[in-house]
Amino acid sequence: MITLLIALPAFAALAAVLIKNHPMRRRMMVGTALLHLCLTLAAADYRGGIVGWLGLDSIGIIFLGITSVLFLAATIYALGYLAAEKEKHPPRADFIEPKTVFANMPEAIFTACLLLFLSTLTLACAAQNFGLLWVAIEATTLATTPLIYYHRHHRSLEAAWKYLLVSSVGIALALLGTMFLAVSAMRPENVEVSMSLADFLRAAPRLDPMWLKGAFIFLLIGYGTKMGLAPMHAWLPDAHSESPSIVSALLSGAQLNCAFLGIARGLQICAAAGQGPFARELLVWFGIVSMAVAAAFILAQADYKRMLAYSSVEHMGILALGIGLGGAGSFGAMLHAVNHSLAKGMLFLLAGNILAIYKTKSTHDVTGILKVSPVNGALWLIGLFAIAGAPPFGLFISEITILRAAVDGGRTVVAALYLILLAAVFIGMASPMLAMAGGAPGKTYAESHSPTSIIPVAALAGLSLLFGLWLPHPLLQTLRGAGRLLGGS
Amino acid sequence: MAGVIDFVMFLLVVTNLALLESSRLKTCIWLVAFQGISLSFLPVMVGYNHTGVIGLHAVFVGLISIILKGVIFPLLLMLAVRRANVRREIEPFVSYNVSIIAGVAALAAAIWLSRYLNIPASAKGSLAVPLAFFTIFVGLLIITSRKKAITQVVGYLVLENGIFTFGFAVMPHAPFVVELGILLDLLVAVFVMGIMILHISATFDHIDVSRISTLGDE
Repeated sequence: MITLLIALPAFAALAAVLIKNHPMRRRMMVGTALLHLCLTLAAADYRGGIVGWLGLDSIGIIFLGITSVLFLAATIYALGYLAAEKEKHPPRADFIEPKTVFANMPEAIFTACLLLFLSTLTLACAAQNFGLLWVAIEATTLATTPLIYYHRHHRSLEAAWKYLLVSSVGIALALLGTMFLAVSAMRPENVEVSMSLADFLRAAPRLDPMWLKGAFIFLLIGYGTKMGLAPMHAWLPDAHSESPSIVSALLSGAQLNCAFLGIARGLQICAAAGQGPFARELLVWFGIVSMAVAAAFILAQADYKRMLAYSSVEHMGILALGIGLGGAGSFGAMLHAVNHSLAKGMLFLLAGNILAIYKTKSTHDVTGILKVSPVNGALWLIGLFAIAGAPPFGLFISEITILRAAVDGGRTVVAALYLILLAAVFIGMASPMLAMAGGAPGKTYAESHSPTSIIPVAALAGLSLLFGLWLPHPLLQTLRGAGRLLGGS
Repeated sequence: MAGVIDFVMFLLVVTNLALLESSRLKTCIWLVAFQGISLSFLPVMVGYNHTGVIGLHAVFVGLISIILKGVIFPLLLMLAVRRANVRREIEPFVSYNVSIIAGVAALAAAIWLSRYLNIPASAKGSLAVPLAFFTIFVGLLIITSRKKAITQVVGYLVLENGIFTFGFAVMPHAPFVVELGILLDLLVAVFVMGIMILHISATFDHIDVSRISTLGDE
């Protein structure tokens, strides 16, 4: 079952290279995504797998579910996006620097990389072995680098190079952390280490504390680089703003979560070994620093895709803070991951629509979306409220849960900083986003609105709203289970 | 076999220091290839010290490692050098003299630090752990202080070599699948980096990473 989930997109990637007909290949990708989602839903209660290697626990299934939903939305969006890009295909002038002429990467390779990306993400979610988890997360980096470089111009090339190098170095440090973890299990007697999560949890009480602490620090820095925690986030705004919108949505909504999964696995071991307080304290402060850095850059941001990217840094900080606080905060962090992915995926896809209409990423040049395109304008406003955590949306509930965890734990300073930073980000995002939606229409380029550019966005917005009003029972149970695995209550 | 391990460790120090002061890209590529080949003997040697037999699995990992690090990576990088038409690193952010001094200081610090670590029995008595840390430091220094994309890839390979030294010196029994997965990821990483370098040289007429910096916030 799990092997099938991993193999399906990998084979589809192979098929994507072989299929010559563009519309057929695009439909094949949507079909694969749909099948993947159905299999994921069917696997929700599946507890089999390959012992010590592959299996789905509550944390894994939640991240797999998010990935699958987001991927389906992105592929439906891609139907229209890729068709429109094809029409413009012959090398065309760059709209930011009209002197530069660029072409796109061949569509077959782009599709294949997208599908490989899904396959590696699935592997990361299902990995029950620290070695395999590392291999999977590094593989997601390698699959996404070509995706960022879809538009072959020098800005996306710079972003892709930065992404590849910074992430690879980060992931290399995570490998060192993984090895430290193995060393911690080799004491006192020189036993063999299997690297499997279950074996580590079983051996937790006799792990060597010094190596375990070292392991967690390197896992946090290594996977934290990939997750976009400040101060290791340098690659993130560039990669998110230069890649096509579907790729930004998947990077933000699916890939950052998978890196977070690596840190969460490390925390599981630390908590079982009695090193929980040490690990949690680190997470809390990395979380607060990420939120602060993101708030500072959002307040001064004039590029809406970069603004959304920094917002991802902020939300990753909230996730780290949530599991760092523990208790109800662990549950809150998992719920936050779900809601953030929905809202951010929706906003990045929408940013793609806005970019297609206005042909600029500047927040000042885009005005009057509501008049130019009422549907996109309304969704943009809904997105603002969803991402800022306003009441009827899911992020409100998870943010309040994390706040309550901070207050209940007696962390008044942390709670106060958290509230101040949330407010700063809200102001920083609301004023440009409201200005973009309202006002007199700016300079626009006629662009037809295909249903494929609206339906996935609206669906993600709907889910984000639904999870704010009502959480389906099985999802709630799984989230609670995941919170317990992370040492919550 | 302990003598062979010590010799490999000696080569590791020499290649690291040589890498820190070489400006010719070709020299750097061959140095890191040589370093990779000599480290490929570690799994077999450490495994032999540990169990008394030469494991088939260790031989296999060593062979794959030699083919990748000694043949495929240098060829790929040489191709990139030829196509990009660059010969040497020009004025790194940290000068060669300062790099060497920093390298020697890091070596001393790593050896001093390792006295305070609980090193597992499998690596006790050998210098593998401190030298692995030293190699990791050298890799990071090369990545951050050099301007050419190819030198950065060389630095990344040195970093990986350091992590490998640590891994094989302390755990002779890492799961086989994981080892192969790591090598495969490394192969694809270098391959993708090589392609990117070709694109960088075609787009910018140079591969000087310090000069591609249009992105960023003020």
